[in-house]
Amino acid sequence: MSFAQGDELTAGAPAPGGQPLSKSPDAAEPLLKLRGISKHFGAVQALFGVDLDLPAGQVTALCGDNGAGKSVLTKTIAGIHQADQGTMYWGGREVHIRSPRDSAALGIETVYQDLALADNLDIVQNMFLGRERLNYGMTLNEDSMERAAAETLAGLHVTTVRSIRQPVATLSGGQRQAVAVAKAVMWNSKLVMLDEPTAALGVAQTRMVLDLVVRLKSHGLAVMIISHNLNDVFEVADRIAILHLGRMVAQDKASAFDRQSAVDYMTTGGSSRDIAGSGLRRD
Amino acid sequence: MAGVDGGIPGAHMPRDNDLQNEVDLTAAAVDVVPPEVVAQSLGQYLRAWFTRVKSGDAGVLPVVAALIIVVVVFQIVTPNHVFLKPVNLVNLFDQSAVFIVLGVAEIFVLLLGEIDLSIGYIAAIGGIVAALLVQPSGGQADFFHNWPWWGAIAAALVVCGAIGALQGLIITKLRLPSFVVTLAGQMFWFGIMIIILGAAGGVAISNGSVVPAEGALYGIVYDYLQPEISWIGLAVILLLLGGSMWLRDSGRRRSGLVAPPVGLTVAKIAFLAVAGAVVVAICNLDRGTFSPIYGVPWVLPLVLAVVGGATFLLERTQFGRHMYAVGGNPEAARRAGVGVNAIRTWAFIIAAVISGLAGIIYCSSLGGITTNINGGQYVLFAVAAAVIGGTSLMGGRGRAIHGLIGGLTIGAIYNGLYLLGLPVQYQFIATGLVLLAAVTVDALSRRSATSGTARP
Repeated sequence: MSFAQGDELTAGAPAPGGQPLSKSPDAAEPLLKLRGISKHFGAVQALFGVDLDLPAGQVTALCGDNGAGKSVLTKTIAGIHQADQGTMYWGGREVHIRSPRDSAALGIETVYQDLALADNLDIVQNMFLGRERLNYGMTLNEDSMERAAAETLAGLHVTTVRSIRQPVATLSGGQRQAVAVAKAVMWNSKLVMLDEPTAALGVAQTRMVLDLVVRLKSHGLAVMIISHNLNDVFEVADRIAILHLGRMVAQDKASAFDRQSAVDYMTTGGSSRDIAGSGLRRD
Repeated sequence: MAGVDGGIPGAHMPRDNDLQNEVDLTAAAVDVVPPEVVAQSLGQYLRAWFTRVKSGDAGVLPVVAALIIVVVVFQIVTPNHVFLKPVNLVNLFDQSAVFIVLGVAEIFVLLLGEIDLSIGYIAAIGGIVAALLVQPSGGQADFFHNWPWWGAIAAALVVCGAIGALQGLIITKLRLPSFVVTLAGQMFWFGIMIIILGAAGGVAISNGSVVPAEGALYGIVYDYLQPEISWIGLAVILLLLGGSMWLRDSGRRRSGLVAPPVGLTVAKIAFLAVAGAVVVAICNLDRGTFSPIYGVPWVLPLVLAVVGGATFLLERTQFGRHMYAVGGNPEAARRAGVGVNAIRTWAFIIAAVISGLAGIIYCSSLGGITTNINGGQYVLFAVAAAVIGGTSLMGGRGRAIHGLIGGLTIGAIYNGLYLLGLPVQYQFIATGLVLLAAVTVDALSRRSATSGTARP
């Protein structure tokens, strides 16, 4: 599949959405279902009728080259951008996400690449930032916050920090990522989106974050991981969705892809390799 | 990493069996954790603290050491070793009070990585409003005279708060740098101050023999608590403060939360008790030359109340937590739902209100206020006090107590050089050098503390 450049930039062009996706192997309704999501910024069309399924208890990897629309799609789900067209279904029910508050209310949390932690605050303070627990609406209830933070971290097996009262500035990159993830799952979240969680991490720290991702899944959460790194993707993802220039060009269970076909989809939007029985959409 | 890997201190953790599956990252961690959050005993605390000091992060140690050196040197060189005499120590505190309170005010703004250059003249306006309102009306009654002292102080603080709100809103709504807006404010409010003072060029307050309300303002510095009252007051404060510290720390220890070791809690309470007793005892010694003078000046509990109130606000309330968050990472605070602009505006309001109080103390100690007040210089001393105490100009790091320590240091230099009969230029030179030393120590310690840190 290839696009003429002019095609890309047509303002407000109706998305060629509605093409049926391959049937997902699990029959259950996905937690979040996007259908025909389009988004443009001025004259630039960023998303063309994107369909995406994010089932609970599975890790979905969202892949694509730079400029494919990964972060626009993520921010649309997070409520930072609003879709121009398309529908979102949360547990089968149609929802409208108009602000970050809406998405947080549904149980969607995003861990951004820059982590959004305050270095000068400790782990507990960061995890409860903006949602502090108070005594009688007056003073901070440090005891209750510290207990809850310790439980969440323990539940994620993050036990190597020396003290949850140490400032985030004193943590390693992997520990910071773990705190950011723990902060996200703390709020009874049902869908966690991780933006490039292993970028800038060493081997051991990447290992730790990937373990964390698997644990989130085993807790029954829907996880979406945005990554360039195919090693990570093939290691943890149950499903892979590939964006190319604003279109969803392939979406299926991870076993339906191999490294070469994934690269082909990411770089050209199609793949000449035919994987038997994959049922991939071919354009 | 050298040290304990005992997991998260915090007992009620459901431990799973698959311990081999535990995330292990110890090699990458950095060993500059505050000692009070990891130590289990006072000895461990001291060792951890010493390690931390050696690694370059000395906390308040440099400034306390500097203060001690200043005190010792002045005690040796001042004529008749007058520096540590009770009369001079009380004087020293009176002189430091304005620096301390202005320093605490400035810390609220510095914590956000902003600066307020106008608080010197906002303080002046606060002092003037209070002093003018308590003046007796000449002849017929009018609205702007004869106020009770508490009404005058409240009005002055409201006026200062309004000025702070105006500047804060200009900074947040128009997205202008606070440096420029408050520099403009410094000049603007200086002009307004001269207009308010009018042809007289000043306003005086005297002791209460003629006008009781004037006497109340004057008495902030020159009226003293009865010795019995001051001892009872100290006992009550120690009981409340020490009791709540003990209950809090022991409660946290019992439920397995992060808490300082027992020894440290005891040492802190003991230090408070000894320091309080020494201060009250010194103030209650007779320091008069001709007739006996003794007692704690009202300004002392007032200044401590400002420091204590600011500490409570910053460290125990949601507002304070958000202040630190905005100062540390405004974007993170915004994403967490913190009203960043509201916090910014409130910081300027609080700084202005506290500096209004500093202006009233200034007015009290000089028995009035004239157009000679150098608000531009006071604001620089306020910033210096905060930074000498350990507050960062970059935002996110600082405590109200830094204003107290820094203000006392500046006050001690000011006082000692005065005792030596050295002219004012040496006071500036000495304060400048101390400020430079404080900033250098701070920058060096942070550089060495972060140099070994692998940051994403």
